[in-house]
Amino acid sequence: MKILVCVKRVPAPGAKINVTGDGMDVDSAHLGFTTSPHEECGVEGAIQLKEEHGGEVTVLTLGGGEAEEQLRYAASVGADHGVLVKTDGAPWDPQRTAAAIAEAIGDLETDDPFDLILFGNESADAGGFQVGIRVAHALGRPIVQGIKGIDVGDGSVTARREIDGGFEVYELPRPCVLGVKEGLNLPRYPTMKGRLASKKLEIQTVDGNADAGGMARVRLRRPAEQVSETIILGEGPEAASAVVDVLEELGVL
Amino acid sequence: MSDSSTNSVPTTAKVVVLGAGIVGNCVVGHLARLGWKDMVLIDKGPLPNPGGSTGHASNFIFPVDHNKEMALLGEQSANQYRDMDLSVDAGGIEVARTQERMDELQRRMTSAKAWGIEAHLLTPAEVKELVPFINEKVILGGFYCPTVSVVDSLETGTTMRKEAIETAGLQVFANTEVLDVLTDDTPRPNGRRKVTGVVTDKGTIEAEHVVIACGVWSNRIAYMADTYIPLVPAVHQMADVGPMDILAETNNEIGYPIVRDMDTFCYERQSSGSMEVGSYGHRAILHHPDEIPSNQEAALSPTEMPFTPDDFDDQMETAIELMDMLGEAEIKYAINGLLSLTPDGMPCLGEMPDVENLWSAAAVWVKEGPGMGQVVAEWMTYGNPRVIDSHGADIARFYDEEKSDAHIWARAEESFIKTYGIVHPAEQWAGERQLVQSPYRSRQEDLGAEFFQARVWERPQWYGSNADLVERYDLSEREVEWDNRWWSPITVGEHLNLRENCGMIDLSAFQIYELEGPGAVAFADYLAVNKVDVPVGRSVYTPWLTHDGGFHSDLTMMRLGEETVRIVTGVFDGGRDDFWIRKHMPNDGSVTFRNITKEISTLGLWGPNAPAVLGQLTDHDLSQDGSPYGSYLDATIAGVECKLFRISYVGDTGWEIYVPWDRATDVWDAVLEAGKDHGLRITGGGVYSLSGRIEKGYRLVGAELESEYNPVEAGLARPKVKAADFIGKEAYLAAREAGAEVQCVTLSVEDNTDSQGRKRYMQGGNEPILDMNGDRIIDSHGRASRVTTAGYAPSVGKMLLMGYVPNELAEPGTDLQVMYMNELYPCKVVGSGSAFDPEDTRLKG
Repeated sequence: MKILVCVKRVPAPGAKINVTGDGMDVDSAHLGFTTSPHEECGVEGAIQLKEEHGGEVTVLTLGGGEAEEQLRYAASVGADHGVLVKTDGAPWDPQRTAAAIAEAIGDLETDDPFDLILFGNESADAGGFQVGIRVAHALGRPIVQGIKGIDVGDGSVTARREIDGGFEVYELPRPCVLGVKEGLNLPRYPTMKGRLASKKLEIQTVDGNADAGGMARVRLRRPAEQVSETIILGEGPEAASAVVDVLEELGVL
Repeated sequence: MSDSSTNSVPTTAKVVVLGAGIVGNCVVGHLARLGWKDMVLIDKGPLPNPGGSTGHASNFIFPVDHNKEMALLGEQSANQYRDMDLSVDAGGIEVARTQERMDELQRRMTSAKAWGIEAHLLTPAEVKELVPFINEKVILGGFYCPTVSVVDSLETGTTMRKEAIETAGLQVFANTEVLDVLTDDTPRPNGRRKVTGVVTDKGTIEAEHVVIACGVWSNRIAYMADTYIPLVPAVHQMADVGPMDILAETNNEIGYPIVRDMDTFCYERQSSGSMEVGSYGHRAILHHPDEIPSNQEAALSPTEMPFTPDDFDDQMETAIELMDMLGEAEIKYAINGLLSLTPDGMPCLGEMPDVENLWSAAAVWVKEGPGMGQVVAEWMTYGNPRVIDSHGADIARFYDEEKSDAHIWARAEESFIKTYGIVHPAEQWAGERQLVQSPYRSRQEDLGAEFFQARVWERPQWYGSNADLVERYDLSEREVEWDNRWWSPITVGEHLNLRENCGMIDLSAFQIYELEGPGAVAFADYLAVNKVDVPVGRSVYTPWLTHDGGFHSDLTMMRLGEETVRIVTGVFDGGRDDFWIRKHMPNDGSVTFRNITKEISTLGLWGPNAPAVLGQLTDHDLSQDGSPYGSYLDATIAGVECKLFRISYVGDTGWEIYVPWDRATDVWDAVLEAGKDHGLRITGGGVYSLSGRIEKGYRLVGAELESEYNPVEAGLARPKVKAADFIGKEAYLAAREAGAEVQCVTLSVEDNTDSQGRKRYMQGGNEPILDMNGDRIIDSHGRASRVTTAGYAPSVGKMLLMGYVPNELAEPGTDLQVMYMNELYPCKVVGSGSAFDPEDTRLKG
């Protein structure tokens, strides 16, 4: 099997994000970076499929040179190849991103197409929800978004996504594209040896070529801070019954 | 526990402590134990983990350190953790991959003996018995301390804080940021300002004392008060790797000893089923405090910064070499953790020299947290620490040139890689040299000076131009490279030449002060043990004591006029002595204090021919009548007005010549010229600070003279005590009454041949002095006998040592032993006086 996973480098979640003075970008001064969470599951999913069915996993990202870090991270958990679609590092709109990625994929698929291409449902920072769909459309392949389960059969792929009270099950012919969501699996951490091996990864770099799309960023604005209320249930063993009440309310018991 | 985070702060308090990490918590805990009340503790982060270095600390204590303060405070702290039941003795092993490191482990064994810490040298097979998952093939051996402990620093801090809340009514304000530190800047004669309070985002507190225990942010907080705590936040990487069955099976937070892989600058410490791999082997990664994210901005915490994997790869490889099982384990958590680095590697404790009642408790590791909290609390209470002499950590030690960011960063960059390094006791810094230059620098360079740095000053240790003396006196290099490092036989040649002819020594690094005014002499008498109110023209060699009667300083004071006293002290003590004067001087205008160090340069001229040399340059009577020992006179040398002070720290007759800085080279040239036919050689600090001194048994501050010893024990008590009051008088009188149970003595090493037949030379690094059974000698105060100074004595022909021994072992001729590099050498007590010319015939005629 030949699987391609497209990932994006995003600020590590969990931190208060500051906006630059001109409001145009995220202030990355204090930020660590990581692979967007849906895509991290995508990489794990691809590697699990490789372990089950054999084959190769290629990881692709569009961004500046620093995004190589995400490719190496994927290699440290088992990806075989890395491709950087190189840009100036500035945030690109979804049309432009998709066009550049589609072109790069076209160049990569010299012999056979990728059996399966995985995208994150949406990126953790821009949240456009579009790139996977636009790329699939450009390649003329079917795509389903919101996927949390993947099985591979002869010539087809079965994909599941959650709905209220159950799953929708889709069957797609190969080659196809899926947009996956966190919950697809629990991504493994790299091992020390995996990390060291990832340093040997030869990253193929291609120039990102695409015209700007129709969407342009006006500015970023922080939403009003939502003050959450903290209710102290009690202290020590005396709080136990109050805790049980809350858990019952949440339906986890 | 009360967290008053939504309330506003009180308007007044006796003490405000900034920072609720291990240090701040231990400071308030110890202050409470010492009876302090009306205290406030503030942190801008949440409790119990406000997000400072304590929160991600590795939490283990390796008790053996070559540095006395660090070793004893570490041991002290380890015991405090044990007393609170928040410690486990996990044991720890420093493994060696190189022969050089194996030699260093012998040095570790020696320090372990000095401080009384159980330690063993292990073969690779023995290491493997304790740590089965180690690859014993890559190591040559290990240094094992069963009492290496793992502590819960967060819980300890919480416990100390709660104790202060319960017993002393401490008020705690988390999530409260300090915006400013307020000072009263009214100009005062002592040049100091005074802290008056702090401004927080919840209100302003008027306070009598403010303590900065802000970890990596401490310098930024100090800036708010227009002062400095010289430190820089630096990264130390750590990764949590696991789980691994063999670790999980211990069912324990820590079941295996901690391993320090010193040669690769790493440690591996079990943490339940995972292994924490820490590294000090990467490039120095320094951050400005303003680059540190806030609690809200940080993904983990402000001091757990995003991991930079490239910097860890080499250490990952070597860690896998040592423990193969790490290779397949998952890296679950990895950070660039922040800690504080100072220019000289020692913490910053004590009262800010320029701001009264503003205290520093910074650059402290978990390892010494409780002990250093106690040091600062005692300092605040008694005017000096009691638990241990803390001159090495005293924040007053820094000179202005050491406080700049540029200097701090440069030193941090050079020192970081030495964290697990093998550092020779005499090792010199490569960078940040010649920060202050003596007037003779270019002449010294022409003479091949080997410069040794003394804080920010440079003192030639010996001169290459004297290389011919090696042949003249048939001298040789030392056999073992370690003993020969940062040493040269030239220094022996300079010594012998001085005793035979004479030598001139650059002493520009002397710190020189002047007290003037109607209250100057009385104040000087208040500082000193010995009487300063002597006839004009005479000088006094005297200790200055702490309030508890231990040594703070030991220096000379000269009665220059009815209302003028000059003070001359050593370069390593200048910062602390300057502070001591300012702290105690009256502010009613009766005394002015001037630091005239850079106005006056000092040249020493000593040797049998010194009078003949100087006699060519002045008509003054230089005999013992005309220039008696301990007196000074004004003379014109080469057209320059100088003071000639008849004193000697090297045991040969001569003078300290005080020369105006801007004319200094004229005098230098004139003396050298006059000395041509009298065998005069320019001579280095190796003679002045070591060989000359040790032959005379002269005590030195920071070596023999520390606050843990008093003048009676040091043999510096005069027959009578002056009537005037002075700091520490009560304690001193009590000490005289009680008598001393120990004496400061000189010992000679009778045979310095090691087990391989090589001659060895002790370095003066606290080598333990042992009885003939090889046991430590400990007095009733728990002070162990150790070498305070060691040096080869060319005129005596032996290796000499100095140290304190109990009276019953102080008789001349008593046989004892000294341990050096884990081997025992026989020595004999010479006595409490001079090994060379004990009657001082050369000095006093």
